[in-house]
Amino acid sequence: MVMKLREYGIADPEEIFWFKRTCTGNVPEPLGLHFSMFQKTIETQTTAAQKEKWLPLARGVKIIGTYAQTELGHGTHLRGLETTATYDPATQEFILNSPTVTSIKWWPGGLGKTSNHAIVLAQLYTQGQCKGLHAFIVPIRQLGTHEPLPGITVGDIGPKFGYDEMDNGYLKMDNFRIPRENMLMKYAQVEPDGTYVKPVSDKLTYGTMVFIRSLIVGDSARSLSRACTIAIRYSAVRHQSELKPGEPEPQILDYQTQQYKLFPLLATAYAFHFVGAYIKDTYHRISGDINEGDLSELPELHALTAGLKAFTSWTANAGIEECRMACGGHGYSRCSGIPDIYVTFTPSCTYEGENTVMMLQTARFLVKSYTQVSSGQRVTGMVSYLNDLSRQRIQPQHVAARTVTVRINDPVSLVEAYKARAARLVEAAAKNLQAELNHRKSKEDAWNRTSVDLVRASEAHCHYVVVKLFAAKLSEVSNAAVRAVLTDLCLLYALFGISKNTGDFLQAGILTSAQITQVNQHVKELLAVIRPNAVALVDSFDFHDVHLGSVLGRYDGNVYENMFEWAKKSPLNKTQVHESFHKHLKPMQAKL
Amino acid sequence: MALLETSKYSQGSVFGNVNPDLASERQTASFCVEKLTALLDGGAEQTRIRRAVVEAIQSDPVFSSENQYFQTQNERYEAAVRKAVHLQKKMHEMGWTENGPEYKYIYRALSGDVAFLLHRVFMRSISVLGSDKQIAKWIPLATQLRLIGSYAQTELGHGTYLQGLETTAIFDIATQEFILNTPKISAMKWWPGDMGRSATHTVVFAQLYIHGKCYGIHPFIVQIRSLQDHSLCPGITAGDIGPKMNFEAIDNGYLMLKNVRIPRENMLSKFCEVRPDGTYVRQGSQKINYFTMTAVRISLISDEVLTPLMKACTIAIRYSVVRRQSKLKPGEQEAKILDYQTQQEKLLPQLAAAYAFHFINNYLQELFDRGYREIQRKNFDMLPELHALSSGFKAVITHQGTAAVEICLRACGGHGYSLLSGLPSLYTKILASCIYEGENTILLLQTARFLIKCFMAASAGQPVPPSVTYLAAVKPGKCPAKNKSDFLSPDIYTEAYQHVAVRLISSTAAKLQDLIQSGAKKYDAWNQCTVQLVQAAKAHCHYITVKNFAETVEKLETKAGIQRIMKHLCDLFALHGIFSNTGAFLHDGYISAAQMDMVTASYLDLLAVIRKDAVPLVDAFDFTDKSLNSALGSYDGQVYQRLYEWAQKSPTNKMSPAYERYLKPLLHNALSKL
Repeated sequence: MVMKLREYGIADPEEIFWFKRTCTGNVPEPLGLHFSMFQKTIETQTTAAQKEKWLPLARGVKIIGTYAQTELGHGTHLRGLETTATYDPATQEFILNSPTVTSIKWWPGGLGKTSNHAIVLAQLYTQGQCKGLHAFIVPIRQLGTHEPLPGITVGDIGPKFGYDEMDNGYLKMDNFRIPRENMLMKYAQVEPDGTYVKPVSDKLTYGTMVFIRSLIVGDSARSLSRACTIAIRYSAVRHQSELKPGEPEPQILDYQTQQYKLFPLLATAYAFHFVGAYIKDTYHRISGDINEGDLSELPELHALTAGLKAFTSWTANAGIEECRMACGGHGYSRCSGIPDIYVTFTPSCTYEGENTVMMLQTARFLVKSYTQVSSGQRVTGMVSYLNDLSRQRIQPQHVAARTVTVRINDPVSLVEAYKARAARLVEAAAKNLQAELNHRKSKEDAWNRTSVDLVRASEAHCHYVVVKLFAAKLSEVSNAAVRAVLTDLCLLYALFGISKNTGDFLQAGILTSAQITQVNQHVKELLAVIRPNAVALVDSFDFHDVHLGSVLGRYDGNVYENMFEWAKKSPLNKTQVHESFHKHLKPMQAKL
Repeated sequence: MALLETSKYSQGSVFGNVNPDLASERQTASFCVEKLTALLDGGAEQTRIRRAVVEAIQSDPVFSSENQYFQTQNERYEAAVRKAVHLQKKMHEMGWTENGPEYKYIYRALSGDVAFLLHRVFMRSISVLGSDKQIAKWIPLATQLRLIGSYAQTELGHGTYLQGLETTAIFDIATQEFILNTPKISAMKWWPGDMGRSATHTVVFAQLYIHGKCYGIHPFIVQIRSLQDHSLCPGITAGDIGPKMNFEAIDNGYLMLKNVRIPRENMLSKFCEVRPDGTYVRQGSQKINYFTMTAVRISLISDEVLTPLMKACTIAIRYSVVRRQSKLKPGEQEAKILDYQTQQEKLLPQLAAAYAFHFINNYLQELFDRGYREIQRKNFDMLPELHALSSGFKAVITHQGTAAVEICLRACGGHGYSLLSGLPSLYTKILASCIYEGENTILLLQTARFLIKCFMAASAGQPVPPSVTYLAAVKPGKCPAKNKSDFLSPDIYTEAYQHVAVRLISSTAAKLQDLIQSGAKKYDAWNQCTVQLVQAAKAHCHYITVKNFAETVEKLETKAGIQRIMKHLCDLFALHGIFSNTGAFLHDGYISAAQMDMVTASYLDLLAVIRKDAVPLVDAFDFTDKSLNSALGSYDGQVYQRLYEWAQKSPTNKMSPAYERYLKPLLHNALSKL
C-alpha cells in the first residue's frame, strides 16, 4: 500500500486517510500512526530546518515512525508522564530515561515491531530545572538490521480486544542519547548552552488533538453506519415467528421492537455524519486563523471537539453493540462483521483522551461561559444560549411559557427544547459547584464532588449541538424527497433522545407528561414511516461488500449460503477428524 | 474499626508485597470480609468446600489457563478437550460425584473453559424427554463418556421460534425408521456446542411427518460420528461454524442431514410416541417442557452472569485503587482514580448490582425448588409464575450484567482493553448470555404477557400469583419523602418502584384494550404495544429486585457490620435505578422535580460512603488470582510489573516475519544512518 502511495504521490493526510480506507477497509494497520501522528506532528511542530530534514523521510516512508505518549502508569493526564529528557550542554545531547516501571511507554501503535523511530514525549530538564513535557524524535531501531539500538528496550504488549493487526508496543530507554536538534522546536526551544526559550502560547499544541478528535467523530459516524447497514439488511432477510396467525414468518424488521432498536441508530448515524463534516470544516476554517495568529476561537473548538468526541464515541459504541444484539445469535459470529467493528471502534472511548475526562473538559468551558454570563458578559458560538439564562431570571414566567410552545413535529422547535435542557443542566451544575465551593476550601474537591452533574451538563450540551446541526442541515438539502426522508430521521433522532431522557425534560418543565406521551407515540409512528426506506437509507452509505466485511450484511442478501461457505474455512475444519480426537478422546474411550 | 482477618485464602504474591495502595484499603474495612464471603456462599461450610474444590483444580497443571490469552482457536479447543477428559479422572480421584456438594464449584473453578458442556444438556434432555427404556439405554453410556452428546435445536435460519424449524423426520413404516433431512440451507443445524468436532451423537429437533401429515417438533437421537474412528456417519455433513467473539474453546457446529435413517426407538418418547403402525400417541403433560427451560434460565444466572460480573467488579475496583491519575489537591500525589466521583459513579452501582442479583438469584432458586416439589406432586399451579419470572429475570440480569461488565472494562482506561486485564474475555462471554436460551426481547414479552393477564385478573377481583398481588392493590398518591434522607428508607423507594411498575403495566393494558376496541386485530395491537410491554416487564423485574434486596437486608444479622454495608448497597442500587431513569418516576408526578434533586443528592452521598469499603466488598467475592487471570485485578495489586512480565510472553515478541518480508524491502533504499 505504501508503495502505491509513493507511486501516486499521495501526501496529504486526508487523502492518505481515504486511500488507506479503500485499501484496508477499516482494519487498523501497523503503519497507521506513521501517517496520522508521526508525519502530522513533524508537519506542525518542527522548525523549517527540521521539516526539511525529516518530512521527506517520513513522507517517503524512508523511516517508519510512531507517537509515544502514554506510559504504563499514565494516560490522559499528560503532566503525570515520567519519562525524562535531560539536556547535556557538554555534548549538546538529550539523555532519555525511563526511570520507573510506570514510566515505560505503553500502547503506541506500531511501536512493538514496525517502527524504527518514535516521537517521544518526555519531561524536559535543562540547567537543573523541569520545563514540562516536550516532544523528541528518537531513533529506536538500527536502520538496515531493524535491531533495537543499545539503550532501547522495545517490544509488543500482547493480545488485545481486537487490533490484532497492530503491534502496540512498549519502549524503555536507558541513558539513550539524541542530538539537540531532535527536539521539536517550532514553539519551545533549547539553545546550545541549555537556555530554555518558552513557546508563545501553549494553546498551539491543541491543534493536533483537535484534528485527531475530529477524525474520531467522523469515525463514530462511519462505524455506526457500517453496523446499521449490516443489521438492517440482515433484518430484512431474517424471518422469525409469526405476527399474524397462519401467515408465513415475517421479516424481523417488521417487528416494532426491532425497528425501535435499529431506526434510532440509523438516525444517529446520519446525525453524526453531519456533525463530523461540521467539525472538520470548522477545524479547517480555524486552522487558517491559527496560522495567522488568531487563537480566539480555539478554546471553544477544543471544548467542543472534546465533548463531541466523547458523546459520539460513547453513543456509537453502544449503538454498534445494539446492532449486533439485534442480529441475534449470528451477530455473535465473527462472520457478521459486527464483532470486528466493535472491537476496532471501542478503544476510541479511551484513546485520544478518556471520554469522562473529555466531558469534564467541555464542562470546564461551559462553566466558564456560564460564569461570564452571570457576571454580565455575553458569550458567543454554540454556548450563546446561556445568554438567555440571565434574561429568564428577569422574567421567571418565561420557562413556564416555553412548555406549550414545543411543537413535536418541528425540528426547529425541538432544537429549542434541547437548548433549554442544556441551559438548565449547565446552570444546575454550575450552581451545585458554587454551593460546594461555599462549603469547602478546595476548588478541586468541589469540582470532584460535582463532576457527575458536570458530565450530565456536557452531555446535554453535546446532544443539543448534534440536534441543532442535524436540523440545520435539512434546509441545505435541495432534493425534496431526500429532504423529506432526512426530516423524518432528524425528527426521530430528536424525539427518541427526548423519550430516553424524559426525566430531564419533565424535571425542568420543558415538556409536560402529556407531551412526553405524545413524543413516545410519535416515535412509534415514525418507525412505521421509515420502515419502507430503511434498506435504501443504509444502501446510501455506499459500503462495498469488501469494506463491510460481513456475511450478514451482504448487498445481495444471500446470507445463509455464504455463512456455510465462510464456516468451511474455520481452522478447526482443516481435517475431517480433529487431532485432539487422536490425542485425548480416543485414549479415553479406549480405557473404558 | 478494622475487622480485617487475614484470610486463610489470601494469596502469595510473586512480586513480594501487596501494593501499599491496595493494602491500605483493606485496613479500613467496616465489616468482616470472611463473614460476608460465608453469607454469599450460603454458610461457612460451603465456603470451605468451594475453596477445597478450587484448590484441587487450580493446583493441577492440566487445568492451567496461564497462557490462554496467547492461544489460537485450535489450541483453545484442544486444551478444553484435554481438560474435559482429565476432569473425569480428577472427579474419580477426588470422589466427587454429579450429585455431590462439590460439583457446582467445578465449573466455577475452571472458569467454564472445558469441553463437553453440551454433553450435560444432551443427558438432561434424555432424562426429561426420554421414556424409562430410553433412559436406561442411553444414560449409562453417556455417563461413562462412551459417547459424546450434543443438542441440536437452532438452525441457520431459525432461532427462538421453535415452530419455525425446518429439519424433517419422516416415519417409514416399512423399515420402522425415521428418515431425517435438511431440506434447505436455512434448515441446517447451526451453533450447537461440541458438535463441530467432538460429538458422536446429538439430539436433533425436527418436524415429525407420518403419512404426509406434520405433527410438529420432536426430539430424535442421531449418531453423527463413528465410535471407532470418529469419521462422519453416512449422510452427515458436520463441522465447526468458525470464530466467534468468545468461546474459542467450544466447537460450535453445523449439521446437515441427508436421508439419515434412525430406528423408531430413537425418538424421545416420554410425551409423544409413534407406534409401529404409524399411530401418533400423546401422553402425559408437556408442561414439564417449560420447566426444563425455566431450570436452564435460572441456572445460567449464577454461572454465566454473576461470576463474570463479580470478577469484572473485582478487577476494576482493585485496579482503580492502584491506578493514580491527575491531582485532586495541588501539591499532593496523583489521586487514586477511585477517589474521583465519576469513577465511583461508574463502578459502585455495578458492585451494588452484583449483590442485588446475587440475592434475587437466591430468591429465584428458592421459588424454583418449591415449584419443583409441587410438580413432583403433580401440581403445576406455580408454572406460569415461574416461567414468567425466569424469563424476565434471565433477560434483565443478562442485559444489565453485560452492560455492567462493559462499564468495568471501560473504567480501566487503555489497560482494560488488553486481553491481559481479563476484562475483554469476561465481556465477550457474558454478552452471549443475552441471546442463548431465549433472545431477551422475546423473553421480556413473555413476562409482559403474564403481567397483562394477571393485571386483568386482578382488576376483575380474581386471585393472582404471590409475586404480582401488588397489581391488585393500586394506590394512587405521591411520594411522601420530605428530605434527602427519606430516600434512604426502603419503604419509600420500594413504593416508588412499585408505583412505576403498576403505572406502566396498567397503562399498557389500557392501550391494548383501546386498540382492540377501536377495531385492531389482537396480534396487531400486541405488536403496536411491544415497546411499552418490554418497558413494563423490565419495571416489574426491577421492582422485585429492589424489594427482595430490601427484605434480605432486613433479615441479616446485625453483627460484624454486614447488615450496615448491605443496607448501603441496597440503597445505592435502588437510588441508582431512579437516578438513571428519572423520567419514569417523574412522569405522573409521583416523584416531584424537587424530590428528584433529593434523590440525586442522596445517591451521590452514598457513593462516597461505599467508596471506603469498595475493596473489601470485592475481596468478599473470594476469587483466586488464577480464577481472575488478570494482570490488573490480582490480590497483590502489582499491576504494572505483571503487565510488563506477561507481555514478554506475547507471540509477536518472537521475531515476526513481517520485517524481513515487507518492511525491509520498503526501507531498503533508505539511508543506513541518520
